[in-house]
Amino acid sequence: MTATLYPHIEIAGADALIVYLGADTQPEISAEVQRLAQGLQSFQGQEIVDLVPSYASLLINFNPLLCDHLWLRKKIRETLDSSTSQQESESRLVELPSYYSEESGPDLNLLANNAGLSPEEVIALHSEAEYRVYAIGFAPGFAYLGQVDQKIAAPRLATPRKKVPKGAVAIADRQTAVYPAVSPGGWNLIGLCPTPMFDANNEPHMLVAVGDRIRFRPIGREEFFDLGGELPEFEVQS
Amino acid sequence: MQGLTVIAPGILSLLQDAGRFGQQQIGLTTGGPLDSFAFTVANRLCHNSDNACAIEVSIGGLTLESSIDSVIALTGAKLGLKINGQNKVQWQSHAIKAGDKINIGFASEKNSGCRAYLAVAGGFDIAKQFGSQATVSREGIGGLQGGPLQKADLLPSSNHRDLELLSLSEEQQSNFNSSFNSNYPDLVELRVILGYQQNHFSPVKQAIFFSSEYTVSDLCDRMGYRLEGPKVNADIEGILSEGICLGAIQVPADGQPIVLMNDRQTIGGYPKIGAVFGPDLAKLAQLSAGGRIKFSAMDINDAHQELLLAKRQLDQLVLEAL
Repeated sequence: MTATLYPHIEIAGADALIVYLGADTQPEISAEVQRLAQGLQSFQGQEIVDLVPSYASLLINFNPLLCDHLWLRKKIRETLDSSTSQQESESRLVELPSYYSEESGPDLNLLANNAGLSPEEVIALHSEAEYRVYAIGFAPGFAYLGQVDQKIAAPRLATPRKKVPKGAVAIADRQTAVYPAVSPGGWNLIGLCPTPMFDANNEPHMLVAVGDRIRFRPIGREEFFDLGGELPEFEVQS
Repeated sequence: MQGLTVIAPGILSLLQDAGRFGQQQIGLTTGGPLDSFAFTVANRLCHNSDNACAIEVSIGGLTLESSIDSVIALTGAKLGLKINGQNKVQWQSHAIKAGDKINIGFASEKNSGCRAYLAVAGGFDIAKQFGSQATVSREGIGGLQGGPLQKADLLPSSNHRDLELLSLSEEQQSNFNSSFNSNYPDLVELRVILGYQQNHFSPVKQAIFFSSEYTVSDLCDRMGYRLEGPKVNADIEGILSEGICLGAIQVPADGQPIVLMNDRQTIGGYPKIGAVFGPDLAKLAQLSAGGRIKFSAMDINDAHQELLLAKRQLDQLVLEAL
């Protein structure tokens, strides 16, 4: 098979194209995905029905009654070729408070042990880095943040929990996330974020968007409760 | 408030409009009717817009009591419609009066399909969430409480008197288009537009995929239909997570294809061979476990032509006054 050159436009379905802008998790590739999505935003609600940005690709669902894949290919090329603006400089920095502890993050000690670090070192490594929202999916408001320091990267649990509490701050491989609602999940839980990530009933529905920069701010037990946090019961992992 | 009250909710009855669009960037899937042709015709029989909120009845067993004078229509799977115990014809509209009991039964013969659509004149007047009334149970969004209809739910709708009753002739139902079928065979051909990671499926695997028969497994719901048949593994196990379009066919490590439906997750990391042509998804959605499938390849330009043609045929659909 020949090497793929980027950008690479591939058919996804009868009314969808997917644009690949790279093959791995890199801020520059993600920024390019973001730039393309923003460039095409003006067609959303008309020719374009849905835009689904992810790590290194953008899925575009179009309305086949108003345009076709050839028209869309042209618009994609035009948007990619236009060298306008460094959108990257506009990227927001969002700070998320996180109460890291064994009572709020039942996998913290185990993750630290496996990494040969103290829990404090894990907390420092997790909260000192700046992350990027690479994708939103899996569940409403679930933002995939990357990348955590290689030292605290941890594989998913062998047996996922049936119930991960809302607000759980978690790590899987080199990704981290805050669970926006109670859901099943296999990520390692290291803390709790008292700030709601997703609210179906109030605007804005989501605290963050793809392309935003994120930093976690360690908070203590007291501030966690002051900010409206609640300690759930965690499912014990065998 | 008036409308239709749920006496018995049935196996799985969901309020659906045409779907929730433009929200995938925050992780919300589209929802909407699995058989959009039957859904659209149900609405048109009730003089509604194509985006009006109706009920998708899976398997059957829904009973409602009306507190309005209005018009209803049931399309899709042959589950049987009764008003006050009297059998009524599907694919046509019927007048109802306050106090009437509406019952949707269960399929009594083979090849009846399993998704029916009950529309009411004016639609159901419920609040939109994220621009749509479509219920997605997995997300807890849409409908009345984000889930299936429950006993005693009141589905708000207003009086609509003196509306013309309409019907879709059987001839039209069968002649309409081979891809839209009001008879639901248990062996269907699904046309596939190759795409996504198609190059990671070897020519041999693709030949197997297009020449074999697949069976719908027990794992089939509004999120996806998991199929069983000859394995068609890709030469890669996973990919960087990316957007999943409606009808995408993903193949996990076990080599068994999964066709992703309306409530699919918006992004995922399994290789995909392409996507089922939209109008054919209705045929798949009408199958239950054990239903059989054959795939055939379709060119994207042909697909586009067919979509335009299907839209024109739908708009030329003659609804006759009864």
